Amino acid sequence: MIVAFVNELGELAVFTARILSALLRPPFRGRLFVDEIYKLGVLSLVIICVSGFAVGMVLALQGYNTLVRFGAEQSLGAVLGLSLIRELGPVLTALLATGRAGSATAAEIGTMVATEQLDGLRMMSIDPVDYVVAPKAVAMVLVMPLLAALFISCGIFGGYVIGVKLMGVDAGNFLTSLEGAVDFHADVLGSFVKVIVFGVLIGLISTFRGFTSAPTSAGVSFATTSTVVVGSVSVLIFDYVITALWGV
Amino acid sequence: MAMPETDREPELHVALEHVLVCFGTREVLRDLSCGFRKSRISVILGGSGSGKSTLLKVIAGLVRPRKGRVLVAGEDLVRLPERQLYEVRKRIGMMFQNGALLDSMNVFDNLALPLREHRKLTPEEIATEVHERLEAVGLTNVDHLLPGQLSGGMVKRVALARAIIARPEILLCDEPFSGLDPVSTKRIEALLKTINRRYGMTTIVVSHHIPTTMRMAEHVLALLPDGQVEGTPEELRASRDPRVVNFLNEDAGDTPGLADEVEVLPTAGTATRRMG
Repeated sequence: MIVAFVNELGELAVFTARILSALLRPPFRGRLFVDEIYKLGVLSLVIICVSGFAVGMVLALQGYNTLVRFGAEQSLGAVLGLSLIRELGPVLTALLATGRAGSATAAEIGTMVATEQLDGLRMMSIDPVDYVVAPKAVAMVLVMPLLAALFISCGIFGGYVIGVKLMGVDAGNFLTSLEGAVDFHADVLGSFVKVIVFGVLIGLISTFRGFTSAPTSAGVSFATTSTVVVGSVSVLIFDYVITALWGV
Repeated sequence: MAMPETDREPELHVALEHVLVCFGTREVLRDLSCGFRKSRISVILGGSGSGKSTLLKVIAGLVRPRKGRVLVAGEDLVRLPERQLYEVRKRIGMMFQNGALLDSMNVFDNLALPLREHRKLTPEEIATEVHERLEAVGLTNVDHLLPGQLSGGMVKRVALARAIIARPEILLCDEPFSGLDPVSTKRIEALLKTINRRYGMTTIVVSHHIPTTMRMAEHVLALLPDGQVEGTPEELRASRDPRVVNFLNEDAGDTPGLADEVEVLPTAGTATRRMG
């Protein structure tokens, strides 16, 4: 089992090198890249906005009920902002992206393997890593910060609606405590680093799983499932590592 | 004394020498040596699981043998790194069994893709080339259809058009007649012959459809359970090698009209590893 794990890590390293090599070598496929941004980013907007809003509302409710015991309910904005920016925003966005965009990527590439479309590209002297994999992997890295920013914004808005409009927290206090608690370098940039790392993880895992899937329907199914499982677990493990190392 | 040009056999365009292909521990092709001559139509016959499609993928460089040499136009594919294989593949067109058309693209873009990638043509020139190939396979007004909107026969014809879009020297066809009705089968057969004559491509077809094979092939390679046999269709028909007779009889059982043909085969000659 350990040998198989190390072997797979080695294959993933070679696969990553091929993607990097494809990115540095012309032709640069701008159109394909924009298509992937649309598929991975734009088509994820609804789920990200709705989830972010819902998480913000729950956080505001739970946070208010706890803070009010200590008479600190006016700090709700700070609690909400820090939780979302430092932890929940990047992690939940990554988990949602793994479930929606990552699984779709693995299934699409896996289906192309099963239906010999990748072999068809090879026979046209087009490297599938250049043409199919690299645009998807890079698009995932680029859309992740944007999706996380949107998730956090919707979360703060959801928290504002519940905290200010429903629970009666003063709007000025809510926004002031939020602004005062969040530090751009420590919190926002740290969050940015996290989502970039998560984007790299999801992009690599989903494309690798699809690319190396068995050319059968069971193979596509396994690639999709394992993308979600391995992607989610990797995100949580790397979240701990980044938090422990850099205190983000 | 040198033979006159017209009597000479064309040179070997594709040659395999002692090729061993394994999937895991299973040997799919063992010590296979064979050759395919330039501009000829060769058909690879064999039962299910005999390694026909694998052999085609070996010639295309999609499957690397564990041992042996695969010479395509003088280049040994086994020794070439992946990047250089792409250069050799520019000389090969392949029609896949299920078409392998990119399902996110319409018919026009599927055919135009290799031209856009490798040749500096204007959009008008690309459109001309694409429509010429589509007409060559008997298709018009299908530019904007997606592969999912095509019938089985149309998928095969679009796949054939894409395989010949860059005017390759070698055309590989994997089961071009499978899943087709008799009319579509004859149409594809006629297309392959026409394309072979018009463009002079070395054509290698994998099939288990014996009547079609016997009509169109100039050279047949039969992959049988205990070795391969090759020769012209006439030589195979005349063979008294029990392996060949059994194979033709077994397949003839599924094909009305062929059983009689096999029973009255000439009895002279014995099948050998190399009959032609």
